[in-house]
Amino acid sequence: MRWNKLPVVHQLRQSVGLQRGMLVAGLILTGIFLLAALFAPLLAPYGYGQLRSPDTGLFGATQPPSSEHLLGTTVGGYDVLSRVIWGSRTALLVIVIAVTASLFIGVLLGLVSGYFGGWLDRVLVVIADAVYAFPSLLLAIVLAIVISGGQSSMIGGVLAAALSITVVFTPQYFRVVRAETVRVKAEAFVESARVIGAGHRRIMFRHVLRNATRTLPLIITLNASEAILTLAGLGFLGFGIEATAAAEWGYDLNKAISDVSSGVWWTATFPGIAIVLVVLGMTLVGESLNDLADPRLRTRRRAAEVSGDTASTAQTSVVPGGALPGHAAELEGGAR
Amino acid sequence: MTSTTLDPTTVDVPKSGPPKRSGGGLGRYILIRFLLIIPTVFILVTTVFFLMRATGDPITAAQGGRLPADQLAERIHAAGYDRPILTQYVEYLGDLFRGDLGTTLSDSRPVTEVLTTFGTATLELAFYALIVAFLVGIPLGLVAAYFRDKVPDALLRVFAIACYATPVFFAGLLLKLIFAVQLDWLPVAGRASNRSELAMRRLDHPTGIYLIDALRTGNGEIVADVLQHAVLPAIALGLLTAGVFLRLVRTNVIGTLGSGYVEAARSRGVRESRLLRKHAYRPALIPIITVVGMQVAMLLVGAVLTETTFEWRGLGFQLSQYLQARDFVAVQGIVVMLAIVVALSNFVVDVIAALIDPRVRY
Amino acid sequence: MSGPVVRIENLSVSFATDAGTVRAVDDVSLQVGAGEVLAVVGESGSGKTVTSKTILGLLPSTATTRGAVVLTSKDGSSEHDVVSLRGGALRQVRGRDAAMVFQEPSTALNPVFTVGWQIIEGLRAHRKLGRQAARAAAIDILRRVGIPDPEHRIDQYPHEFSGGQKQRIVIAQALVLDPGVIVADEPTTALDVTVQAEILDLLRRCRDEFGTAIVLITHNMGVVADLADRVAVMYQGEIVEQAPVRQLFSAPAHEYTRRLLDAVPRIGTGTAHAEARAAARPADWAASTPVVEAADLEIVYPGRFRRPGFRAVDGVSLAIRPGEVLGLVGESGSGKTTIGRAIAGLTPVSGGSLRVLGTEMNGVRERTFRPIRRRIGFVFQDPATSFNPLLTIAQCVAEPLIVHGRARTVDEARSTVDDLLESVQLPRSYGDRFPHELSGGQRQRASLARALALDPELLIADEPTSALDVSVQARVLELFAELQESLGFACLFISHDLAVVDLLADRIAVLHHGRLVEEGTGAQVLGAPREDYTRRLLASLPVPDPAEQERRREEWRALA
Repeated sequence: MRWNKLPVVHQLRQSVGLQRGMLVAGLILTGIFLLAALFAPLLAPYGYGQLRSPDTGLFGATQPPSSEHLLGTTVGGYDVLSRVIWGSRTALLVIVIAVTASLFIGVLLGLVSGYFGGWLDRVLVVIADAVYAFPSLLLAIVLAIVISGGQSSMIGGVLAAALSITVVFTPQYFRVVRAETVRVKAEAFVESARVIGAGHRRIMFRHVLRNATRTLPLIITLNASEAILTLAGLGFLGFGIEATAAAEWGYDLNKAISDVSSGVWWTATFPGIAIVLVVLGMTLVGESLNDLADPRLRTRRRAAEVSGDTASTAQTSVVPGGALPGHAAELEGGAR
Repeated sequence: MTSTTLDPTTVDVPKSGPPKRSGGGLGRYILIRFLLIIPTVFILVTTVFFLMRATGDPITAAQGGRLPADQLAERIHAAGYDRPILTQYVEYLGDLFRGDLGTTLSDSRPVTEVLTTFGTATLELAFYALIVAFLVGIPLGLVAAYFRDKVPDALLRVFAIACYATPVFFAGLLLKLIFAVQLDWLPVAGRASNRSELAMRRLDHPTGIYLIDALRTGNGEIVADVLQHAVLPAIALGLLTAGVFLRLVRTNVIGTLGSGYVEAARSRGVRESRLLRKHAYRPALIPIITVVGMQVAMLLVGAVLTETTFEWRGLGFQLSQYLQARDFVAVQGIVVMLAIVVALSNFVVDVIAALIDPRVRY
Repeated sequence: MSGPVVRIENLSVSFATDAGTVRAVDDVSLQVGAGEVLAVVGESGSGKTVTSKTILGLLPSTATTRGAVVLTSKDGSSEHDVVSLRGGALRQVRGRDAAMVFQEPSTALNPVFTVGWQIIEGLRAHRKLGRQAARAAAIDILRRVGIPDPEHRIDQYPHEFSGGQKQRIVIAQALVLDPGVIVADEPTTALDVTVQAEILDLLRRCRDEFGTAIVLITHNMGVVADLADRVAVMYQGEIVEQAPVRQLFSAPAHEYTRRLLDAVPRIGTGTAHAEARAAARPADWAASTPVVEAADLEIVYPGRFRRPGFRAVDGVSLAIRPGEVLGLVGESGSGKTTIGRAIAGLTPVSGGSLRVLGTEMNGVRERTFRPIRRRIGFVFQDPATSFNPLLTIAQCVAEPLIVHGRARTVDEARSTVDDLLESVQLPRSYGDRFPHELSGGQRQRASLARALALDPELLIADEPTSALDVSVQARVLELFAELQESLGFACLFISHDLAVVDLLADRIAVLHHGRLVEEGTGAQVLGAPREDYTRRLLASLPVPDPAEQERRREEWRALA
């Protein structure tokens, strides 16, 4: 596969104007987030649980931004900038675990359920619909209680958040893949494989799977951003990870509620902005992918001048006036 | 947050009901759709029950470590939590059917009383937020679709994404910081000032919906006070949903603007603005209405977080209080209640969608 | 006659696409006189639809236009160049000077408004009209286009009308504004042939009773012969020939026009061929065991929630003997495709008996049937969707070989695949291409190669050429006949087009609403039909010969 056929790269080349601007902005924000998460130890001036520096002693609580602490310190006496940077690591970890797990389970169940149908399908659909209709954060709360009992170690907290998000997202992947499978299953190329006598396994994995999962890059980006929001929501409600175990933006915001009323603005603003920018970045990528995938929503350049080679449309046709491949079909809505 | 940020045209809207063809008609559809609530609610109630019990009994969770072991065991026995889990489950279902959700552990109140007392506050907040969402989301969505791919469209789309990229609690904190703390235009927290609350409590049978109660006092100052308190929470929560609406209206209207019947109407010389308002908007409304149903779930989640931010004493605020207190009987009751509300509102929305769509598809 | 109502001068249109700029229309000049029917004929990609949309200024924003399209109002009082008009001025011209009839009546009507509302909307966009007067006008026009009981039906929604009625309503929407010209873009392509005849008749009345000129965009030479006064032939964005209709059919001047006319299948051409084949068969052939034998075959699609199901096939009996081509014709909903699918084991049989290569299909298990599958080939209707878009042509064609153990890998099967591609006249190198890189006709050949990979005894072809242009169709049909001749497989050939079936079939079976109406050789069924339905079907089919078609039209009127 050539590199410019890869998802995202392909869409980037395809995009034009404002749409491209949105995609590029999203990619940059997401890139910064990934870099921050990967290189947190190098970028952050202090550790996430560090309260004192060897030179100056304790940081002190709610110190306003200064040259020592660029974004100030929190009520608990932590460095805000360091916790914002370290927080990206926790967020990325949760996203990776949650998206991988729910993707794997959801795709497999959706494929099997949609392909075979029958009573198993009906039961799975009812369950998925029920879980889907359930307010996701409430479900995450219940699961966080189950998994960690509200305790908050690093691993326990991350797993609690990741697994609860997995349970919330699995039905979404299930529904999307199942619906696509049902659609693809009815397509002529799957029927033609059936007519040939291909077995179920061959049809499912060779013909249906890849055709039914084309929208997944889009869903992954959108769900990754939802994962962050859910993680932050859990942290905000007190199911976050203790400050000594890891840095987590929602937890910091929760601790900052009372600061706001007393005019301490830096403890809430920066973790909040971090959440907004990361979610914004990933959503921009996801939405752009979505628009580019949908011909109705895709912007195209307007031809600058009447030009172009009419013969080029018939390049692959050995038959004069042969049916046109691909794009030309939309020019000519006419003949069948 | 729920998956509503996905494109409604690519995600299949929950077709809980089977695709109905002609015959039987609307009445039959409503009945079948109503019956489908039952398995949904049943699955949710069951899931929540077993999940909550998987961690152990609620008394240990609430009192764990603070009581001597024998006293703890005695309390557990008294509450019946030492019986087989299935027995407890059957009893729980029976109680639920009679409308008994148990008694909270932390403040010993019937859960149903908690629900009725604080539910109205959440309802009021959700209502304000929906108004903000509709007023902001739908017109701006139409504007964005009209100026498709031009600068106003790009700005509005970034605005929409920013709306749902901002966690409600952060939006709430920011609004508080700016409008309540720095500018001091609006109150920092709560549903009303103490004086107004006292005045409203003196009414016979206060409804708990402060706007109605305030109007009943006939005191303009109280009404203004109540409304002032509602502005920031309503905006914080409403903008989140407004972002989703904006995007949804834009996508669907653009979709219908490209359809054959819009081109046909254009070929008859119908104005562009009319094409937008009539031909594109109304068919686009059907998927929108369906997604609005799913928004109820999102709105409730948002309400939980908004209430905590603004100390708006509703179900969400109570939920986080009970969560801090590890009072899982209360948590379970509130969660089940919210789930039922979501299931019911999805039903209502499906019926509305069926009414809008004249095709006998339903 | 006054001057032209439409004057197109040196029109060129370009589109921006993902693959760069494409010129769809190149220096086209046309004139349409008042009350004249001008047919613009061409295959896909010829630019005919783009030309028609330019007349109403309906091109998308990705298009760039040069040249002029001058519309004259019906009373001759004003002239406008649509290409340079914008906004309100363009809106005034649309509908009043020129109106449009679309290909798909079901998408041209807004599903959430009543048909009356939609007709009145157009009226009120152009004239100050009271509610009562507008409604009366709408009812009147509905009556005139042949909607029965218009006073009542005006308040119904589009989904309550049949396809043909919807197209009448779309025509009514155009007529009610009394435009000088109606642009009809493939107005009958989405319709069944019997409905097509009615719509063509209505369009003719538009010209005769309303004095409206018509620009008829079509790919169907029969439709042209039926309705047009004058014809413009488009090819790759240019007009290659313009002539009065009779002259064009009797003495086509341009090479492309001749090729196009030659490619149109005509009823009756297959008769001699079929007779020769029948004569060449051994004497005991009629006694040989049929490859497919249906007796009182019944196929019901189950209804949901205990509602009665849909009976797609109802008591059909037929047989296909070894080496024989049976043509199955019928309109949409006749059950022809369902029968084909049942024979291939894609749709379960619910009653009667269907024996395929010795296996009873009523209640058959997939496990029992799978070994039989290698002896059956299937060609699907739409070449665009019958290949997995992610696999190469070679991978697709090799699949039956791999599934049935003739080869383990695609590479191992490659030499066989190459031979197969060559036998369907595709270059070997096409094996490495992806389906979307082939044209429709090429894909359908590859589809044929795949179906023939295991040298089947029975081939089922479900409308294999209906998605193709007529010149491509001719070549595919020719190839099909050659292969059938040399390989000798039995074949069920399903089509809605009587002429296509006639070209290939030894015997023809006519289906209507799931029942078998008539069966026999081409000479019997098409030459001397016994049943009313067959006669009506035959009379509805427009033939590519204006003089002949005029005569047949009278016959059709007599039947209707």
